[in-house]
Amino acid sequence: MSVSALDPAPAPDAATPVIAANALDLTFQTADGPVHALRNVSLDVPKGSFVSFIGPSGCGKTTLLRCIAGLETPTGGSLTVNGMTADEARRARAYGYVFQAAGLYPWRSIGGNIRLPLEIMGFSRAEQAERVARVLELVELSSFEKKFPWQLSGGMQQRASIARALAFDAEILLMDEPFGALDEIVRDRLNEELLRLWDRTQKTICFVTHSIPEAVYLSSHIVVMSPCPGRISDVIESPLPKERPLDIRDTPEFIEIAHRVRDGLRAGYEE
Amino acid sequence: MVLAVLAIWYLAVVPMNVQDVLTRAERAGEPVSPPTAVERRDMGAWALVMRNPGLLGESWSLDRPRLPAPHQVAGELYRSTIDEEINGRRGIVRSGSLSNRSLVYHGGITLGATFLGFVIGTALGIALAVGIVHSRVMDMSIMPWAIVSQTIPIVALAPMIIVVLYSIGIQGLIPKAVISAYLSFFPVVVGMVKGLRSPDAMQLDLMRTYNADPMTVLTKLRLPASVPYLFASLKIAIAASLVGAIVGELPVQKGGLGARMLAGSYYGQTSQVWAALIMAAALAALLVWLTGWLERRTLRAMGGQP
Repeated sequence: MSVSALDPAPAPDAATPVIAANALDLTFQTADGPVHALRNVSLDVPKGSFVSFIGPSGCGKTTLLRCIAGLETPTGGSLTVNGMTADEARRARAYGYVFQAAGLYPWRSIGGNIRLPLEIMGFSRAEQAERVARVLELVELSSFEKKFPWQLSGGMQQRASIARALAFDAEILLMDEPFGALDEIVRDRLNEELLRLWDRTQKTICFVTHSIPEAVYLSSHIVVMSPCPGRISDVIESPLPKERPLDIRDTPEFIEIAHRVRDGLRAGYEE
Repeated sequence: MVLAVLAIWYLAVVPMNVQDVLTRAERAGEPVSPPTAVERRDMGAWALVMRNPGLLGESWSLDRPRLPAPHQVAGELYRSTIDEEINGRRGIVRSGSLSNRSLVYHGGITLGATFLGFVIGTALGIALAVGIVHSRVMDMSIMPWAIVSQTIPIVALAPMIIVVLYSIGIQGLIPKAVISAYLSFFPVVVGMVKGLRSPDAMQLDLMRTYNADPMTVLTKLRLPASVPYLFASLKIAIAASLVGAIVGELPVQKGGLGARMLAGSYYGQTSQVWAALIMAAALAALLVWLTGWLERRTLRAMGGQP
């Protein structure tokens, strides 16, 4: 199930995938016996791609993302991130992670929250200020640097948390249903902004969602997953152009991909 | 509320002091029923009040009442603070230093021990809580001992602490502060353990994605997150510190509100005891209010919603 296989003329960078999973297994030991969260998951994520993981709850998409982040340890198979093990990549701060909730520290201002990873990673004061200003600009929150999280709407908080993940310029951005708790109007806007951000920063993005339109709209690759045990049932490479206005969602191409995703999800259930 | 308490207090003064009042009336030649102190001794206070309604005028103005009336306590409070300092021979106006007969002086002594004990107790409490959160061994072993320590009556333990410390040459302020710290560390431990554990899994995961070491997690996440819990504990701890300092002063008799209370009860000076009690209560209220004020300021600086 290689995602990169369809790339006709791979750039030298894309030849080695940023994230490579091979026959990944993860079993949680619980009081009710073992739970197979992931079974035989193989996946290559090429550099600069936008990969969405979609599937019903319990299909292991968040678990897979956490494995990539080194927050969970697979019980079998191999996983490399930037050519290192996931845990080494975590130690090397290879990725920025955006959680389901913004999770901003309430005692820090927006600027202070974005500065947090920079302080921990030992950037100089001047560089901290410069980077905070730059990522705030990127997520269009420049005038909110001094505000505290409770003074911002949910969507703005989530944008601040994306800025926080971007601040230290990791090559990979891991996003775990970042817009799941937001209403659809805010979500549409943030989706557009995220695409622009991806275009400008050229980062590799792994994005967990359970919204089909969101996955199709955003992704260069859609990974359809199915539950019990969590596994990949389909990988779809999107033929949509990189330039995607919101109304691309009404085009036949878009609807066709959405269909294929839906079929994949249904097949996962029927097995 | 205050008026109701005062009314009950004034009323309670009558039966509490009726024996003394009737004894004085008998000595003054008034017809008292029943006529001798021996007969009156075993009678109920209210019965005596009922049988001698005309002789109770002195109830609120005895020299050494069992229960002084509020205005007597207020008078004593005034005499032993403002009056003593302004007009007393050794008051601050005449001699330039606080009188050792004044509650201001004794309150100051108690306050010093309270603050030192509070600082020691808080520091110890925070240190223990950090240990408990970071070490499984400490988590399992410290809490039971901390709870046991609080079940021992402090009045029983205080003299032991003073004697033991005296035998190794420590006396004065330190033993009182130790007793005070002994009472105040516990609420801080309990509150801080809860506070340090208050960050949720997501906030801790975020720190892991930054590969933050435990020290960084402590300073950047756990400690700031625990500040609201800390202040809740500090309000209890500062009041406990004051109690500890007063209890520590009881056996020593080298000044302080505790010493005043015990001296007053030795010599039947109940209004002196009550004045010291009210002084202690006022100090406690002031300390708790100060802590609350500091809490509001701190939380506002930490982005709290007004």
